Amino acid sequence: MKRKAPGSFLFLMPSVLLLLVFFIVPIILTICFAFTNMALTGAAAKSLEFVGFQNFINMFHDPDFRISVWRTLVFLIFSAVIGQVLLGFILALLMKEKNVTFRRVIGIIVIAGWVTPEIVVAFCMVAFFSDNGSLNQILGWFGANPISWLFSFPMVSVIIANIWHGTAFSMMVYQSALDDIPKEVEEAAIIDSATGFQIVRHITIPMVKGSIVTNMMLVTLQTLGVFTLIYTMTGGGPGTSTQTLPIFMYNQAFVNYQFGYGTAISLVLLFIGIIASLFYMRSMKVKV
Amino acid sequence: MVKHGLQRKIQYGILVFLGLCFLLPLLWIILASFDPNAQQGIKMPSTWTIQNFKDVLGDSSNLRSFGVGLILSGGQAILVVVVSVLAAYPLSRYEMRFKKSFLLSILFMTALPITAVMVPVFQMFLFFKMQNSIIATMLFLTASSLPYGIWMMKNFMDSVPIDLEESAWIDGASVWNGLRRIVAPLMLPGIATIAIFTFSGSWGNFFVPYILLQTPEKLPASVTIYQFFGSHGMVEYGRLAAFSLLYTMPSVVLYIFSQRYMSKGFSMGGATKG
Repeated sequence: MKRKAPGSFLFLMPSVLLLLVFFIVPIILTICFAFTNMALTGAAAKSLEFVGFQNFINMFHDPDFRISVWRTLVFLIFSAVIGQVLLGFILALLMKEKNVTFRRVIGIIVIAGWVTPEIVVAFCMVAFFSDNGSLNQILGWFGANPISWLFSFPMVSVIIANIWHGTAFSMMVYQSALDDIPKEVEEAAIIDSATGFQIVRHITIPMVKGSIVTNMMLVTLQTLGVFTLIYTMTGGGPGTSTQTLPIFMYNQAFVNYQFGYGTAISLVLLFIGIIASLFYMRSMKVKV
Repeated sequence: MVKHGLQRKIQYGILVFLGLCFLLPLLWIILASFDPNAQQGIKMPSTWTIQNFKDVLGDSSNLRSFGVGLILSGGQAILVVVVSVLAAYPLSRYEMRFKKSFLLSILFMTALPITAVMVPVFQMFLFFKMQNSIIATMLFLTASSLPYGIWMMKNFMDSVPIDLEESAWIDGASVWNGLRRIVAPLMLPGIATIAIFTFSGSWGNFFVPYILLQTPEKLPASVTIYQFFGSHGMVEYGRLAAFSLLYTMPSVVLYIFSQRYMSKGFSMGGATKG
């Protein structure tokens, strides 16, 4: 029995207040500041002016911006979609119906990378990819020459780092989705002498499609905002070679002090996030 | 079934390989932390020592950075729990005009990347002279994890039957007492899960304190670690590894704790049932 409560707004007050001040207001500010020349240094610091779409015009003419968008896409596709979502699915699939202890050990190792804070992941990975690091050491056993991974293949390094950190989440989502598939369905297919690949393609994947879509949206949104890992591993460099949108935004706002421009980039980021969020909500088929 | 057996062996082989790939960076940090002469490459320490840990824990500025982290994340976790229990109560128990749109906006906010609002948040902090304030930073962190907290809390609260409260009301208890004495205790697993999630999320957060806090005494461990290996060059690998391991420990311990409650959380069923 649900009733109407006259005082329920009192219960909602603290959260509405907090969300308003720290969530809604910043989003509104983003929209306002993106159309100004706000800066901490230079002539613009003295006179704050409305500049219309100037920031956006500059942005789309800025080769650094365009390449940041491109890098963000590369980072998203390789570290989120192919890396975490696919590797997570493969791990969950392979671990199905394996020895319980074996499963648990592999699970703990993968999850450990997920539980580890981003900044520690960055430290581990910088050491792993460094000139005298573990990766070159192991490649050396096979006679390969050492490679300066962080210098020559910085994008590959940060993508691998993000996969290492994030895959466990997808793996866990898929594990519980796979556990929910009734055994009879697959058994029937085996009797009909379907191959393992056929079962995965025609039975398993369609049955966990919902989880795949929802997880893919979540992982994409999460990866879109990744700042710490890239910033602490490479600082966006060498040069600008790992400068994704969040790093570009940070550099414009907090290194060059071009707040107006920085906010305009935030707005683009926010816009991409909003589109992805809407897709995400649709994919969940929420009933409230 | 020879073919089937071979297939299984290949699958085990792939899993072992993937497991090793995931293990290597972790193993390095563990070995390095006990090695007096740790290097960037992975190696067995020739002698084992706990001196690295002693050095880290003997340094008062390190301890302070752990303390700041504890205040930030702990305060945030408590605030998120209290505020979201309050918000979830009418959302779960009463009919309200804007309930549906409120819940949908909350869900929408859970998915927005917080990175995108950092620039205006910094400007806001500058404008209100809140930069370098631990309290203000904690409040911002609270707000950033509130949408998720409210959403989860409402789902947990929906599973507590309303009959129990109704009988308490008949016995003369107020709504507030019903929430405090009957609903909240029954929801302890849910509350613990949300508190743990919030704490771990913010304990590992580098970006927010890095932007909003300035003076070295106010920086939490996440930022201090970066200053170690970011600007001073990576010299003391062993000590840095020990620091990182100590810093990772709370997240690991809390994760193990939350396992008990979380096993069902990953099916995402809870989130879809609204």
